[in-house]
Amino acid sequence: MSVLTNITLKVWRQDGPDGQGRFESHQVPEISEEASLLEMLDIVNERLVEEGREAIVFDHDCREGICGTCSLMIDGQAHGPTKGAATCQVHMRVFSSGDEIVLEPWRADGFPLVKDLMVDRSAFDRIVEAGGFITSPTGGAPDANLIPIPKPVSDASMDAAACIGCGACVAACPNGAASLFTSAKLAHLNLLPQGQSEREKRTEAMVEMMDDHFGSCTNHGECESACPKEISIDNIALMNSDYLTSKFKNRKKLAR
Amino acid sequence: MSTNAPITLDSKIPEGPLADKWQNFIANEKLVNPANKRKFKVIIVGTGLAGASAAATLGELGYQVEAFTFHDSPRRAHSIAAQGGINAAKNYQGDGDSIHRLFYDTIKGGDFRSREANVHRLAEVSVDIIDQMVAQGVPFAREYGGLLDNRSFGGAQVSRTFYARGQTGQQLLLGAYQQMARQIGLGNVKLWNRMEMVDVVNIDGRCAGIVCRDLMTGEFSSHAAHAVVLATGGYGNAFFLSTNAMACNVTAAWRAHRRGAAFANPCYTQIHPTCIPQADDFQSKLTLMSESLRNDGRIWVPTNPDESRSAADIPDDDRDYYLERIYPSFGNLAPRDVSSRAAKRMVDNGQGVGPLKNGVYLDFADAIDRLGEQTIRERYGNLFDMYERITGENPYNEPMRIYPASHYTMGGIWVDYELMTTVPGLYAAGEANFSDHGANRLGASALMQGLSDGYFVLPYTISNYLAQWLNKPIPDETHDEFLKIESENRDRFKQYMSIGGTRGPDYFHRELGRIIWDYCGMDRNEAGLDKALSEIPALHAEFKKDLKVTGGDTSINQTLEKAGRVDDFFELGLLMCKDALVREESCGGHFRSEHQTDDGEALRNDDDFAHVTAWEWSGDAEAPIEHREPLNYEEVEFQTRSYK
Repeated sequence: MSVLTNITLKVWRQDGPDGQGRFESHQVPEISEEASLLEMLDIVNERLVEEGREAIVFDHDCREGICGTCSLMIDGQAHGPTKGAATCQVHMRVFSSGDEIVLEPWRADGFPLVKDLMVDRSAFDRIVEAGGFITSPTGGAPDANLIPIPKPVSDASMDAAACIGCGACVAACPNGAASLFTSAKLAHLNLLPQGQSEREKRTEAMVEMMDDHFGSCTNHGECESACPKEISIDNIALMNSDYLTSKFKNRKKLAR
Repeated sequence: MSTNAPITLDSKIPEGPLADKWQNFIANEKLVNPANKRKFKVIIVGTGLAGASAAATLGELGYQVEAFTFHDSPRRAHSIAAQGGINAAKNYQGDGDSIHRLFYDTIKGGDFRSREANVHRLAEVSVDIIDQMVAQGVPFAREYGGLLDNRSFGGAQVSRTFYARGQTGQQLLLGAYQQMARQIGLGNVKLWNRMEMVDVVNIDGRCAGIVCRDLMTGEFSSHAAHAVVLATGGYGNAFFLSTNAMACNVTAAWRAHRRGAAFANPCYTQIHPTCIPQADDFQSKLTLMSESLRNDGRIWVPTNPDESRSAADIPDDDRDYYLERIYPSFGNLAPRDVSSRAAKRMVDNGQGVGPLKNGVYLDFADAIDRLGEQTIRERYGNLFDMYERITGENPYNEPMRIYPASHYTMGGIWVDYELMTTVPGLYAAGEANFSDHGANRLGASALMQGLSDGYFVLPYTISNYLAQWLNKPIPDETHDEFLKIESENRDRFKQYMSIGGTRGPDYFHRELGRIIWDYCGMDRNEAGLDKALSEIPALHAEFKKDLKVTGGDTSINQTLEKAGRVDDFFELGLLMCKDALVREESCGGHFRSEHQTDDGEALRNDDDFAHVTAWEWSGDAEAPIEHREPLNYEEVEFQTRSYK
């Protein structure tokens, strides 16, 4: 088992949303390459507490890349250098001895800073609350096999549904746009037969809620390459097309 | 001393033949009419599968619902990490499944230590869950013809498991979360995020509400309601190293226990057979590899403990496919407790593999030969990728290394048939309760139980209690008892801050976990448990003297949050060991080495232990009061579980 030596962490510390932020350096003399980056932070934090200093605040939970809680800019990249992985899945073996690693919070207007490396991503919940569901009251559902769904359709829906809601797409976007997140939520439901009745209403409501909180998409594609679940920006095209359709249909209704 | 009311265990199982009990309950329960539902407030703590589905459904029905989560978003709950699938007795494969078979498999899988009526109801509503989840847009795996696909899971001889790639828990949780989000948007559910429940308040013999700590501001607040549902998950993190998420904890359940909710079967913990072995001492979390992998993977160890060749170079003659050898009819799909113990024996015997010799092989070479790499990639691609990222090894080329780890807890808050605890008006749902899995849970049954409790059981049973409170005033947050308990908790957290010792909460958690794993893990005995029962209080005393919490208490402080949770794990850990000590038999996940057959299988004692042990808080963590609920089987006959 090899060990990395002499790692320097440059960590963003900020007491609160209005506080003055600063970088703080921490030395890690030795760390096993089997350790994850967050396990290294755990060790640094334990040491800080023992020294009487405040631990670095960062969001994390499942540590297996599915809950979407972790969120770090690692050397300027959302979720760091490992492709298709969340921050908690970045292991020290991707770094080398003597490296300096820079850790910052998500930086986006839609995600106000809470403290240190933690941000507030509740705007994502507002987008889902606006329409990210299929209305199906408990108990009234027909037999599950009543509507066959072609496998490619179901697979495409699942590809989009794999989104973990971490916000890397927003953090990576130069405009702080949430188009990849919103379009993934939309594609998950809009592609399925069950999702058709509310397709237009859903698209309009979610897109407009998104616009209230986040910047506009200009097709940079940074979101796709930062996404830990490698969700395709094709979903954004589908969202734009559905949005246009729903607006057009509504205008027709207005004109009547 | 405890000032709680004395408890009695009345399971309230409805009359009639087993298969009719649930319908009989529904036919006779008290209802609240739609216009009156607005008059009742229900608090749901936790927003995983059980909590989110309960909040969504109760909100839909018209109750005023308030949902509390300590996460930033309800969608982060640990249900999201379940990989493999969800069982349902749909018999879509025409392979002989039925409600009765799912019921029987669950009772047998639980080693005849669960309540018959609850399990039968679970099997009955399992079919509705799949319909409901598909209707709300869960993209389950499908066949090319467009119908739903199934796979098989440990402990079953039929294919009844529905799945969404290796992310079934995620998709089901998103489904339930979206239904709840709809109710939040409509104003029927109020969401409180980053709020941790720290206590339960009982007034005049009923649960009157909860006290919470706002994690962002450190402020304490009271919340009154007609009924409170705890859907706060299990206590697997008592072991420190587990597959649970970092924040999973027992605090809500434990605080409810201290206020009078009996805690049942805490020694029934599930050690999952297929996790990635620990790589070093400071590891903070273990990662599960879905049990579904055992459908195509073959488990083996080298016959020779001194084997030095790499896996591929070891010929078949020098391999021991021990599960296939010992349990020919279930083979690699033997239930979790059985598989875990077998792996432990191999490793203890020196036949372990990997740099620390602390794992066994899970080998896909035969499946790849038979089905092609592409098919295996389609079935398990994301799990293989996950494995490679963590270990740096490619499982398409060399076998995975796996070892058991703490994963799920069958024990939990005691509930009656209506999911009510021993405190009137306080309910427990999902993993937080003890109800359906007996001494061992079968794979793909946790998601089923969480959704069953939240979607299809609580919405029926809660009205049976609420009806009596129609138009009667209940105490609000200004009641003295709320103020008193709020202030007790304020003092408790101030105390953590002011100890000023030398060690952070993680240190104590790691040490506690080591004691519980060593003496109350996969293999338990009287001497070890006695040792744990003396070491835990000593370590707890040290915690109270030597804890160090830095930072303030008016903004987010993760060290302080952790201190409160570790404090509760100490008392729970004691109860786990106490429970394991008095249960003088081996059953399911509880294996006492004094009680085994000649060939090392669990030896149950149905004459003396066919009961639920429910513990009452006495005011002294070292002297809990034992109660017993006998398990009367009407339909099923006790059998020795055999997977051979």
